[in-house]
Amino acid sequence: MDKPIAIQLKNITKTFGEVIANKNVDMDVRKGEILSVLGENGSGKTTLMNMIAGIYYPDEGQIYIDGEEVSIRSPKDAFRYKIGMIHQHFKLVDVFSAAQNIVLGVRGEKYNLKEVNARVREMSEKYGFHIDPKKKIHEMSVSEKQTVEIVKVLYRGADILILDEPTAVLTPQEIDKLFAVLRTMRDDGKSIIIITHKLNEVMAISDRVAVLRKGEHIATVETANTTEQELTEMMVGKKVSLNIDRPMPVNCRKRLEVRNLTFINNEGIRILDDVNFDAFSGEILGIAGIAGSGQRELLESIAGLQIPTEGASIEYYPPEKSQTEESGQESEEEFFKEENVGEIPAGEQLIGKSPLQIREMGIRLSFVPEDRLGMGLVGNMDIIDNMMLRSYRKGHSIFLDRKGPENLAEKIIKSLEVSTPSAKTPVRRLSGGNVQKVLVGREIAASPTVLLAAYPVRGLDINSSYTIYNLLTEQKKKGVCVIFVGEDLDVLLELCDRIMVIGSGRITGILDGRTAKKEEIGLLMVKNQREEREDYEE
Amino acid sequence: MKNKEKSVKEPLFHIVKRTSVPWWKSWLIRAAAILLAFVVTGLLSFLVLKKDPFFIYSSMFSGIFGTERRILIFLRDGAILLLIALAITPAFKMRFWNTGAEGQVLMGGFACTVCMFYLGGKVPDGVLIPIMFVAGVAAGMLWAVIPAIFKAKWNTNETLFTLMMNYVAMQIVLFAIKIWYPTGSGNMSPLPHGNLPQIGGGDFWLSVIVVTIVTALVYVYMKYSKQGYEISVVGESENTARYVGINVKKVVVRTLLISGAICGLAGFLIVGGIDHMISKETVGGRGFTAILVSWLAKFNPIFMIFTAYLVVFLQKGMGQVMTDCGVANAYFADIITGIMFFFIIGCEFFILYQIKFRKAKKRKKEEKETCS
Amino acid sequence: MFVKFLTSAIRISAIFLFGSTGEIITEKSGHLNLGVPGVMSVGAAVGCLSEYYLIKSIGTSVPFLLVLVPLIVTFLAGAAMGALYSFLTVTLRANQNVTGLAMTTFGVGLAGHLINLIKAKMAVIARASKYYTNLFPVDDKLGWFGEIFLSHGILVYLAIIVAVAAQLILNRTRIGLHLRAVGENPATADAAGINVSRYKYLATCIGCGISGLGGLFCIMDYMGGNWDDVHFLEGFGWLSIALVIFTLWRPALAILGSIIFGGLYIASSYISGITFAQIELIKALPYVVTIIVLIVTSILNSKETQPPASLGLNYFREER
Repeated sequence: MDKPIAIQLKNITKTFGEVIANKNVDMDVRKGEILSVLGENGSGKTTLMNMIAGIYYPDEGQIYIDGEEVSIRSPKDAFRYKIGMIHQHFKLVDVFSAAQNIVLGVRGEKYNLKEVNARVREMSEKYGFHIDPKKKIHEMSVSEKQTVEIVKVLYRGADILILDEPTAVLTPQEIDKLFAVLRTMRDDGKSIIIITHKLNEVMAISDRVAVLRKGEHIATVETANTTEQELTEMMVGKKVSLNIDRPMPVNCRKRLEVRNLTFINNEGIRILDDVNFDAFSGEILGIAGIAGSGQRELLESIAGLQIPTEGASIEYYPPEKSQTEESGQESEEEFFKEENVGEIPAGEQLIGKSPLQIREMGIRLSFVPEDRLGMGLVGNMDIIDNMMLRSYRKGHSIFLDRKGPENLAEKIIKSLEVSTPSAKTPVRRLSGGNVQKVLVGREIAASPTVLLAAYPVRGLDINSSYTIYNLLTEQKKKGVCVIFVGEDLDVLLELCDRIMVIGSGRITGILDGRTAKKEEIGLLMVKNQREEREDYEE
Repeated sequence: MKNKEKSVKEPLFHIVKRTSVPWWKSWLIRAAAILLAFVVTGLLSFLVLKKDPFFIYSSMFSGIFGTERRILIFLRDGAILLLIALAITPAFKMRFWNTGAEGQVLMGGFACTVCMFYLGGKVPDGVLIPIMFVAGVAAGMLWAVIPAIFKAKWNTNETLFTLMMNYVAMQIVLFAIKIWYPTGSGNMSPLPHGNLPQIGGGDFWLSVIVVTIVTALVYVYMKYSKQGYEISVVGESENTARYVGINVKKVVVRTLLISGAICGLAGFLIVGGIDHMISKETVGGRGFTAILVSWLAKFNPIFMIFTAYLVVFLQKGMGQVMTDCGVANAYFADIITGIMFFFIIGCEFFILYQIKFRKAKKRKKEEKETCS
Repeated sequence: MFVKFLTSAIRISAIFLFGSTGEIITEKSGHLNLGVPGVMSVGAAVGCLSEYYLIKSIGTSVPFLLVLVPLIVTFLAGAAMGALYSFLTVTLRANQNVTGLAMTTFGVGLAGHLINLIKAKMAVIARASKYYTNLFPVDDKLGWFGEIFLSHGILVYLAIIVAVAAQLILNRTRIGLHLRAVGENPATADAAGINVSRYKYLATCIGCGISGLGGLFCIMDYMGGNWDDVHFLEGFGWLSIALVIFTLWRPALAILGSIIFGGLYIASSYISGITFAQIELIKALPYVVTIIVLIVTSILNSKETQPPASLGLNYFREER
């Protein structure tokens, strides 16, 4: 049964500054097997594999290949040890043909594309690819590009292949094809490592599963001897108590109604598929899901930054009194009056409106995007000028009013304890937590009625994270409709009133945040893919 | 840059982007570069011209400050260069690489010349000059907005587009001159009508006054106006601009209209106020030099006063040196200016990056930056 | 008449062909070098200078050397300009547009200054011009064919050979493949183990060396060993940059494109009844045509006709 070991990791530790990405990981991969590396986002899977592929160098620990200790310091070294990695973001030159990309950087043989084409075809037949070596990359589908990446690695003679989330971008049919190829390669004696967080795929393809959680290796088990249930438990761990204050929502009214929301991106991939849900005032609606399941596009569609396909509808129901007040300075007062009014006003359609038009409609929609310095803030501008991003249009003067933003900046620095030399410091120089405080502070300062927050605590330390949780809860208490996209299930379970789970662009369930179980969410996160596969297999 | 392949050997040093540099330090580095450039150019002049450095520097100073007239010409020429640099600043700040100031100024001047040629004598100067002003500014705007529209609509490469527009403008000017003087040598003589009023007994002060006002306006516009703010946001990140609801296309077109208008104004001042005629040398490469002036000043109009006069100082000063050495051309001045540019361009590296000698601790931090 | 026109067009095309082939090679590495006018001027001036001193020392007895030595010296002078540009943009990561423009200022000044040293003695150089102009002595015996194809100087043929070789190297060799990868996607090239900096340096130096030959041809062949004004060379430099866009970054197409540009440049002498004014408008045509090409390719937005994807951007691995 036991095949010889191809590569062995001993006691690998890797830290990035304060963050521990991997801690004392021991792992081995055998020849002629498919090993899945399973774990949630941020569990250190990719970092670990990058150390094998020569992208990073471990702080501690050893790597053995065929029993000999090796030092892999660059991708070139990795190739020498016959290791090839297929990254999530393909490294291909768009205007080149497949064959040209495959031989890029290969030295020592005659440059003859005809021969390359022949060899690629030969390889394709051997492993069952379908690839036209003369086709240009920019004319290819995502799955074809991935095939090119695989061939590229094989062409260099790799015996150990690492695939980082290879199925994330593929259709079910393409996944089946890929798996068939991987099985052929395994039978050919190659070692294959798949990084994934999709349980169903783990069960379908792998011989063994290594589970990582928070940078640590939990266990490696034979796939045949385990169940999805058991793997989920290993992956998510026991529920950790965080003690986040969570008052019961009061006075919930429908604020957003999303119907038939479908979004297809430039590459023709269906990122969101018929999403329907309501969001209410006075609640935090959590969105759970594997990264890249459509969370970003969902929020951006609501914020007017993406245009969904026809037939979609996002209706906004304003708080009852909002028609009378224009500038929205004091929302608290009118919030209490709201209770007297029973009538639900008509919804306002947000689709087809630009962010500016949405503001001009008097809708105070705040958005904390995932990409803080690339979208939410301008890194080279100081805190005051960043405050102005939202408010600079105010007033009829052609000149900027810096007084207001300056006061706001000072207020935010003081109340959120932003650690910065001054309000005139470019935000790029602040630490991640402080950048986020500035961004969230500004978005909240607009006294929003809807607050969208995408991964607002990503990369933040514990204290900053709690500041953000408290801010969101405060907003909720003020009657704001908060939509929170998170990745840590423990946080979602303690912070949110309801948790909506999204899987491959579809809503797979909406749970009560107070009663939901971690495993339940974990299974819903991958549910959609499984159903798709079952549909297909029928 | 060099670490990965060779890292087995642990390279001696490693280049990292600085996270921050105090403003005084960055200006100290620039000042040191300028100083160094002066030393190198002085040395070069010494070697080439076989004159002692003292002669060269004193000759330079006399070329600028030797007579009242020289001072005034220095002020005037610096002002014109500054004006063109101000013109391209909004565009550059938006990361729209407008290499077409040369043509935009020339078209502005050309439109003025057309007015002077056809209307001169037929309408009083009091009417003619406003017409010239409007025509010049409009022509500059037109020449700048054409590439802007294509950039906004189809993302047409603006560097190459504006560059080509320069030569189209130049040929149009040459065409017109040959129409006006079919038998001539291709040179115009100064036109009598539509000359801007002389302030203080020469053509110096008007340019200086106008440019002072424009400098203040551009400074205020870029720093304190809403539109200037939008330009900065678009330049820094188009994604952020979209996020806050800025119409990027509109800003691109509007900014280039402003850029072109100031170029047109420069053309108006050169033709109406100084030359009173047009030739293909009317702008004489200042549209390109202005790019360097604006860039060296980090697009700050106040610093630009300094960089513009530095460049004119070098060119005029070296011109004087050459005259004193009995050489009647500006080529050596161009060499010196070029070397000065290289030093200042090169020194930016030491402001933006840091050379770190390898220590084990540093490496981790950098890798974190790469992975994030 | 037409034969004469075509012959002249082919002859002058060598200036543009050298200039643009060099710039294509440079741009394929991701470098937008706006210093081409400076490079061509320096090439011309240094070439003349070397010719002058060569004739001074060995006379005109060995015609072969009178062509070969200046050729090599000119190439090296251009390459040195390329090295300067690469040092600033690759090693010091300076802005490419600004660096290129500074190179033009510097190069034009340097060329003007150098040529001034020997301007009074240009007649010496003119004596060597005849060794450049007529390679094959057979052309007048072969009628129109001889005139169009065989009447040119050695540099015209060299320009075409260089362009063809550049086309082949770029598209048929591993070096070409790697160079294009560097210009398209330096991060990918880097990950594939290609030394991005080395490729950028070499491509720019070789490219500038070739561009410089355009200057040498212009003076020694086209101008017959006379020096006009340095700004005259500058204009050819900008036209060469235009030609790169016009031919969509393809050296083989540049052979044809340079003949078209050359034809437009001299057309005025061959159209009867044309006024001096109209000549100037015709001279604007290369630029207008280039603008149109630029617009059309951006509207079509086809991957095949775009500039190298990383053109004008510097690469710094840690900024990925």
